[in-house]
Amino acid sequence: MAVLSPPAIEVAGLSKSYGTHIAVDDVSFAVRPGSVTGFLGPNGAGKSTTLRMLVGLTRPSDGRSTVLGVPYPRLPNPGRRVGVLLDASAQHTGRTGREVLTLGAMLMGLPATRVDEMVELVGLTPAEARRRTGTYSLGMRQRLGIAHALLGRPRVLILDEPANGLDPAGIHWMRGLLREFADAGGAVLLSSHLLREIEVIADELVVIGRGRLVAQGSKHDLLAAAGTFVRADGGDLAAALHAAGIEFRPAAGGGYTSPANAETIARAAAHAGVALTELRPVDGGGLEALFLHLTADDAREDVTA
Amino acid sequence: MTTPTTTTTAERRAAAADGGVPFGRLLRTELRKLTDTRASRWLLIAIVAATPVVVTVMLFVAAPKDLTYNNFVDYTQTPQKILLPALAILAMTSEWSQRTGLVTFTLVPDRRRVLLAKFTAVLALGLVAIAVAFAAAGIGNALGAGLRHGNGSWAFGPAGFGEITLVQVIGLVEGMAFGMALLITASAIIAYYVLPSIWSALFTLTASLKTIAAWFDLNKASGALYDQDITGKGWLQLLVAVTIWIAVPLAFGVWRVGRTEVKSS
Repeated sequence: MAVLSPPAIEVAGLSKSYGTHIAVDDVSFAVRPGSVTGFLGPNGAGKSTTLRMLVGLTRPSDGRSTVLGVPYPRLPNPGRRVGVLLDASAQHTGRTGREVLTLGAMLMGLPATRVDEMVELVGLTPAEARRRTGTYSLGMRQRLGIAHALLGRPRVLILDEPANGLDPAGIHWMRGLLREFADAGGAVLLSSHLLREIEVIADELVVIGRGRLVAQGSKHDLLAAAGTFVRADGGDLAAALHAAGIEFRPAAGGGYTSPANAETIARAAAHAGVALTELRPVDGGGLEALFLHLTADDAREDVTA
Repeated sequence: MTTPTTTTTAERRAAAADGGVPFGRLLRTELRKLTDTRASRWLLIAIVAATPVVVTVMLFVAAPKDLTYNNFVDYTQTPQKILLPALAILAMTSEWSQRTGLVTFTLVPDRRRVLLAKFTAVLALGLVAIAVAFAAAGIGNALGAGLRHGNGSWAFGPAGFGEITLVQVIGLVEGMAFGMALLITASAIIAYYVLPSIWSALFTLTASLKTIAAWFDLNKASGALYDQDITGKGWLQLLVAVTIWIAVPLAFGVWRVGRTEVKSS
């Protein structure tokens, strides 16, 4: 563990309740430099509340969090260290995109040239930048918000639903941008309620449901945990799996999915003399299955509790 | 106890080189925010333009004997008395109604510093507008004497400047206090412009209420400042009324802004 760099973001036991409603319940996770961490959860799971607590806009009921080693509100000139985008639509509708960036640059003490650089980086045309944000599409607002977050050359990015409103090309662009940022040693925490987005962009995952942490780890590990897909064109695979006591169920379009790992399944098949034509982690809908599974589990737990 | 070296040293050096947002920079940003939207620009234009318009109308309409500096000041500061507080209210509420607080308070987490910067920016802009009114009144009086053989009296006195300025500043601070306390533009505007009138009406209901009105009614208490005949008792009444109408909402507003969750919806 000694080789790991200290976390850029650390959340420890963060909780928030509104009266009797518990919006965030004892959430802990860390984001390390060089990684893009996806903060995944259905709408109303407590993602935004957690991010607001992280940057000091909401007081936690319990727990603590640090960014670059200190509580966010204690960072001097935080815009130069942490880029934050919590709601791309939360801009004065009467201000131009350029003006929004100019105000940010002014406050952070950056040269005005930085504004033009950012406008160009996020792919807004100079003409678009001169328009009032009230006329922007959601996708343009997201680009403006990303530009604002990157203004101060931060080392940490905290983005709430940044891909919301972007078209597939836009999401692809954002993936490249965040990947580059992380590869240069930056840390990214971005939230989404859409699995596809996060599957494309993130390499680490933190999943919450109903305010509670339900899973975290690398995308690879979490996908593996979702199960194995196995298919054989000849022989009785079902009987072989059954004989080995492996849990499985038929997958749509042929083959089976199983929570058992690939090696266990391969041994069972070899033992029964069944030749496998496919053996791999559940893909495509893997994260989706995980996501639905986790959130459904959480919902059930809530009912019986 | 080994401490991670390189990163922390670099971080410390960076922090030393950039020790936070200086107040001057925050103030400049807040001043710019008062003037960089269409709505705020038109409001400012209205505030500044109202003065020469009033002066011109007076030059044509008023009787020559009434063309005195005192009267010019009296009329030019009336539109400002109405419009300046709107600027003050918007300065405070727009962070919430336009949700820009989400950005503002993440860039400057110390919300009291933001409030102080807004406060200073609004007062600075307000004082410029007030100075413009005094100057316009002076030009009006000179023109009145020259063009229409007006009275041209400059009788006003240094106390006059102070008292009129104080009336305007009271309006500005009251507007900001209402803005901070209510955080919603519409509510703050309505409360600022309607509540005092209802309150004034209330204090005319009975004779006994009328006699104590000046203690509780800010309009009445500050009325003496306009007439430039404020007495010791008048100052005390003003102090009491200011406490009720400004100090209390201001204290509540600062507390509320400090505690309120900044949300996007």
